[in-house]
Amino acid sequence: MNWIGIYDGVFTLFCMSVFIGVGVWAWSAKQKQSFEEAARLPLEDDDPTPMGKENEA
Amino acid sequence: MAEQTTYNDKVVRQFAIMTIVWGIVGMAVGVFIAAQLAWPALNFDIPWLTFSRLRPLHTNAVIFAFGGSALIGTSYYVVQRTCHVRLFSDKLAAFTFWGWQAIIVAAAITLPLGITTSKEYAELEWPIDLAITVVWVAYAIVFFGTIAKRRVKHIYVANWFYGAFILTIALLHVVNSAEVPAGLWKSYSVYPGAIDAMVQWWYGHNAVGFFLTAGFLGMMYYFIPKQAGRPVYSYRLSIVHFWALIFTYMWAGPHHLHYTALPDWASSLGMVFSLILLAPSWGGMINGVMTLSGAWEKLRTDPIIRFLVVSVAFYGMSTFEGPMMSIKTVNALSHYTDWTIGHVHSGALGWNALVTFGSMYFLIPRLFGREIYSLRLVEWHFWMATIGIVLYITSMWVSGIMQGLMWRAVNPDGTLTYSFVESVQAMHPFYVTRFLGGVIFLAGLFVMAFNLWKTVAGARSVEARIPEPATAH
Repeated sequence: MNWIGIYDGVFTLFCMSVFIGVGVWAWSAKQKQSFEEAARLPLEDDDPTPMGKENEA
Repeated sequence: MAEQTTYNDKVVRQFAIMTIVWGIVGMAVGVFIAAQLAWPALNFDIPWLTFSRLRPLHTNAVIFAFGGSALIGTSYYVVQRTCHVRLFSDKLAAFTFWGWQAIIVAAAITLPLGITTSKEYAELEWPIDLAITVVWVAYAIVFFGTIAKRRVKHIYVANWFYGAFILTIALLHVVNSAEVPAGLWKSYSVYPGAIDAMVQWWYGHNAVGFFLTAGFLGMMYYFIPKQAGRPVYSYRLSIVHFWALIFTYMWAGPHHLHYTALPDWASSLGMVFSLILLAPSWGGMINGVMTLSGAWEKLRTDPIIRFLVVSVAFYGMSTFEGPMMSIKTVNALSHYTDWTIGHVHSGALGWNALVTFGSMYFLIPRLFGREIYSLRLVEWHFWMATIGIVLYITSMWVSGIMQGLMWRAVNPDGTLTYSFVESVQAMHPFYVTRFLGGVIFLAGLFVMAFNLWKTVAGARSVEARIPEPATAH
């Protein structure tokens, strides 16, 4: 029995299913709202923005 | 605790300033060794000025001193802002700053003296390797400690990239630096022959993948949305981008060792994974560039956003070129030629340096509570940098392909058409052009340093208050 070959195959399938799982999870409707909140994280602090005025003009 | 109501921006300021300083030092050494290649007499017959000793000084200075200071500094800024907490430990953070600078100084002394392990991008000898390990562990504690005490539920995607960069560099450094000391400044790798080569390029390519890619993608995912004033194009794409990059990069290293003592299957595996890498790389590029979707006019009006977005465009270009060069038949032509040097610099100058410049133009005025001295000078810097890069990479493309073709040309009777020295002679005009490109790029960096100096001169440092998180979790 070639155990290394079986291990290689199982590990490849495992990695593939984890990756596909991440994709399914990322595109599931349940995550939509929490992703929208997360995406706004960099924009919510009130640092002085010296460049801001010029850009919006 | 009053301390806990403000961010620790002192350490960010220190790293930001040293980013500019080490950028000038590292790139000036680069310009000097480019001049040596065009005019070899410039080594003045002084051993510690020879190309072989200054070249690792250049690569270490730009990657670990310039790039490292930019990465550690911005990661401290970003992790605090996106977690709404002060850094885990001010003392430990200060230790990472002074420790990292001390390591850079040690590199700047030992490399010209000819003290080297001779492993590319891992040249520093074992006492310095140990110091790197200690500082890096401290850095990991500060970064992940800050994440652990965050006041928002979600860990923003930029922190995932910075975190992967920190963990993977720790792993790569410890494994590749396994060496047996033979005196204070000499050691031997524990790995024999072809295994040593494989470990070295597993390290080398993942240094590209996690130091020069994942870490800088952390910058991209924070500073582009910030400067554009809009959230990243697709948050779900950023998650898939992250995991795809992590799963794929680890296996691409063997493409540095095509047609060597490496087993053929390992070499083929490296090539296949390098080709797959195009997908996550371009996924990330699209995510960065499309963040501007609906606000494209900013590219015309805001030179800082132009630095950031053009850097991502160069990222896309070099991550297309890389997989192509990993194909064995292409590699047979490109390897050992200047094409490789051109490829590296389209990534290093076009992607890493430009995204760093954009981030520093964003960061440094804010850290000192000032408006930037001159946007016109930012514009000047942008064009000088771009022209410098274009001169650099086009001359190296032409030179590299010409070298590859001359080396493989054979006469009908099977003898070589050209001697090696004929190919060296043919490279000369391209070496002069590359030197000119480097000079223009470096001059642009001086413009930046002047502009930022005028911005912060006389300014008092700002202690930014920590705002309440927008959403209650």
